[in-house]
Amino acid sequence: MSKPIETDILIIGAGPTGLFAVFEAGLLKLKCHLIDSLPQPGGQLTEIYPKKPIYDIPGYPTVLAGELVDNLMKQIEPFKPGFTLGERAETLDKLEDGRFQLTTSKGTVHIAPVIAIAGGLGCFEPRKPPIHNIEDFEDRGVEYIIKDPEMYRSKNVVIAGGGDSALDWSIFLADVADKVALVHRREEFRGALDSVEKVKELAEAGKIDLITNAQVTGLTGNGRLNEVEIKHKELGAIKRATDHFIPLFGLSPKLGPIGDWGLNIEKNAIVVDTYDYSTNIPGIYAIGDINTYPGKLKLILCGFHEGTLMVQSAFKHIYPDKKLSFKYTTVTGIDGL
Amino acid sequence: MEDIITITVIDREGATHTIEMPTDMNLNLMEVCKGEGFPIKGTCGGMALCSTCHMYIESDHELSEMTDDEEDMLDQAFFVEDNSRLGCQIYPGQSHDGLIVRLAPEDESA
Repeated sequence: MSKPIETDILIIGAGPTGLFAVFEAGLLKLKCHLIDSLPQPGGQLTEIYPKKPIYDIPGYPTVLAGELVDNLMKQIEPFKPGFTLGERAETLDKLEDGRFQLTTSKGTVHIAPVIAIAGGLGCFEPRKPPIHNIEDFEDRGVEYIIKDPEMYRSKNVVIAGGGDSALDWSIFLADVADKVALVHRREEFRGALDSVEKVKELAEAGKIDLITNAQVTGLTGNGRLNEVEIKHKELGAIKRATDHFIPLFGLSPKLGPIGDWGLNIEKNAIVVDTYDYSTNIPGIYAIGDINTYPGKLKLILCGFHEGTLMVQSAFKHIYPDKKLSFKYTTVTGIDGL
Repeated sequence: MEDIITITVIDREGATHTIEMPTDMNLNLMEVCKGEGFPIKGTCGGMALCSTCHMYIESDHELSEMTDDEEDMLDQAFFVEDNSRLGCQIYPGQSHDGLIVRLAPEDESA
């Protein structure tokens, strides 16, 4: 096993709030390491709305979400934060020396005296269709993510969805699987134009069964999936034999394992004290959209404020005997710290 | 009152609720339903970026046309019907007095 990653503040969530906390911690000479389940920093801003303008960042009449993330990355660069990306924060243990040990979904171990949860809406996970028995068939014919395309060689596959991943995988699997059906609720697709064209060509050539104006509504099988029920707008219920059903409906955020760490949680949010954004567990803080307190507003600028106050308290938690004097960046600069 | 309309919300259990809403406060149906305590998450805050305010329009009131963003987001929703809309994209006005909406089944994973 590789050596654990050690840092002062371990930040869970690399969205705007987590990123800016690195800056404020850096001013106090505290090192930060960020963990995020997404493969890139920026959280919702990069994953959901990179091209949308934001109008309430002080000093910016308007800024694109993606630009704000780029700027934040530039702003924290002098403090050299570490990143563990594409891994989900999974288990949290307390060590004998009082520090926390956090292990990710891929087994990466991190150790820090302070944990700052800046998890936003939670970790992004594949959206599951609300078919009542879908969980019975997970890994028994139902997959939300395609890990190994070879698994589908010479099999019957039904893909559902209308975005790029549904289109791209349909095209790819058309050559691998025995039969591929793509089920989508309307005739238009929102994916890239050339993929849409390609799917239509393959459908005309008989390599993909394109079933539009339809939704998969039922699954049957005996221990393993062997049939899906498709509800078609005009034709009603259609049954189709299949070995696999791959629903590709994008990602949606879930609180995930953080919910099992013994933190006070109210309506999917972590309860904090607004004095320093501490949770009920000393040494664990929660900032940004993931926390709740009377008067809470889910705004990026509030997350910046919360992170700023949080690091002051984190400093005292790490160095109870050290004196902390507050300095303006205008006076000290960044490099001179 | 002039700026108040009455709308009917059918919840996920099928119960009918009549609520009054102001039309001069720039409120959308997601916000109104959430404010009335209906179990609507409104995760994305009204940007048509999640589908947790998916609802069916059960009366024949004329509504704003669906944008591509809304249509695309409905692709990621479930139980979508011809009368499906995202509540956050509908801003009722005076002409919508008597509007009837039905909440779509909850998307467990959202």
